[in-house]
Amino acid sequence: MNLNEVKNGIVRLIKKAETELPQDVIFALEKAYKIETGVAKTQIGAILENIKLAKNSGRPMCQDTGIQTFFVEVGADFPNISQLKDLISDSVKIATREIPLRPNTIDPFSSINHADNTGNHIPYITWDFTEGRDVIITAFPKGGGSENMSKLGMLKPGVGIDGVKDFVVEEMIKAAGNPCPPTVVGIGIGGGADLSLKLGKKALLRPVGVRHKDKSIAAIEEELIKRINDSGIGPMGLGGKTTVLDVHIEKAHRHPASLPVGIVVQCWADRRAKMIIHSNGSWEVK
Amino acid sequence: MEYHLNIPVEDDEIKKLKVGDIIYISGKLFTARDEAHHMILEKDSIPFDPSEMGLYHCGPLMKKNNGKWQVVSAGPTTSSRMELFEDRLLEKYAIKIVIGKGGMGKNTQKALQKYICVYASYTGGAGALAADKIEEVEKVYWLDELSMPEAVWIFKVKEFGPLVVAMDTHGNSIYDKIRK
Repeated sequence: MNLNEVKNGIVRLIKKAETELPQDVIFALEKAYKIETGVAKTQIGAILENIKLAKNSGRPMCQDTGIQTFFVEVGADFPNISQLKDLISDSVKIATREIPLRPNTIDPFSSINHADNTGNHIPYITWDFTEGRDVIITAFPKGGGSENMSKLGMLKPGVGIDGVKDFVVEEMIKAAGNPCPPTVVGIGIGGGADLSLKLGKKALLRPVGVRHKDKSIAAIEEELIKRINDSGIGPMGLGGKTTVLDVHIEKAHRHPASLPVGIVVQCWADRRAKMIIHSNGSWEVK
Repeated sequence: MEYHLNIPVEDDEIKKLKVGDIIYISGKLFTARDEAHHMILEKDSIPFDPSEMGLYHCGPLMKKNNGKWQVVSAGPTTSSRMELFEDRLLEKYAIKIVIGKGGMGKNTQKALQKYICVYASYTGGAGALAADKIEEVEKVYWLDELSMPEAVWIFKVKEFGPLVVAMDTHGNSIYDKIRK
């Protein structure tokens, strides 16, 4: 396997994520543009113009190019498993220079910027193992402004699902214009503290407009979209009809005493891109 | 209403602006996030004069081309983080326009009224669009100490906008209206 060629592929993956939004997000923004008026319309208009400009000029759409985050599905028979972590990390360093990306990794104690978007635990990689010989990598660069609006609620089970819904709506109203609405909201319900937040983040990988396959959960997603949008917070918190583009829920079974709710917010720049690396080292970025 | 303003701006022009107005500005901006606010307030003297410029809450993505800095992407950052410092900054320097996203709190609102300054919102995340309105990177301060996102960058901008006046000198805030 030509490892340099694989690195080129991962750099291409990062570039695609940073400079081109997935079609499902663009479609949702275009729909929002049609229904908004006044100031809200100017905001969605600027977003759409910005998306076009970034794609055409190959520049990151937002100066906050995020914490480099990857979800990796490893086929158990892929030959170079032990090298994957270094390949991703090296590619992040190359991407930082070449695309370029903003250096976004700061030591929490010394405040020194590591300057290449790597550092302790970063890039942040979530590993899953599957059958087969291919590796699938999803790049999910995550901005700080929206991440700051994440929330963990360890609710009392007695409040029930109605309590969960109220918690989410209240938190999103409190977040107001800070996470760059219109946002996509990922909600993990159940598990423990860490798992609920993890599921919240994973929920964001689902394309905008796709409902949960369980109809009763899908109905709750729709109810939350409506309630948050009825708040009138609107694009950038300046007022309008579109505060969220979508709400995605994932669940885990919970401890009888706990009802954890992890909310993870993604800005309108819902950046995602996917690649497949085959066992011979050839790759495709989708 | 829509206004096209040149920085530095007179107080009378700033007083005219009302929540919901659209503005485009030309002139000099300096960027400052948390660390730069802290630095400007701590130091007795600084190597530039904020009073001549607009303040832009922004941590840009820059690249050096043939020894010259270029803007790649430069949208606004979340302004509420600067609430800790902003009233003191407006007291210390005669800044007339603050640009950011997401809005600011009560202390800033009072300072905007007292020192005649407006807070204008630029579309968050519209980094490529903003970069195209920046004509020149005049200078950078404290790059080594604070690193690229936190350093103070001096930009010359032309028709930078559309900005929405979100908090004016009359005590009004677009965010309050929505919260009700």
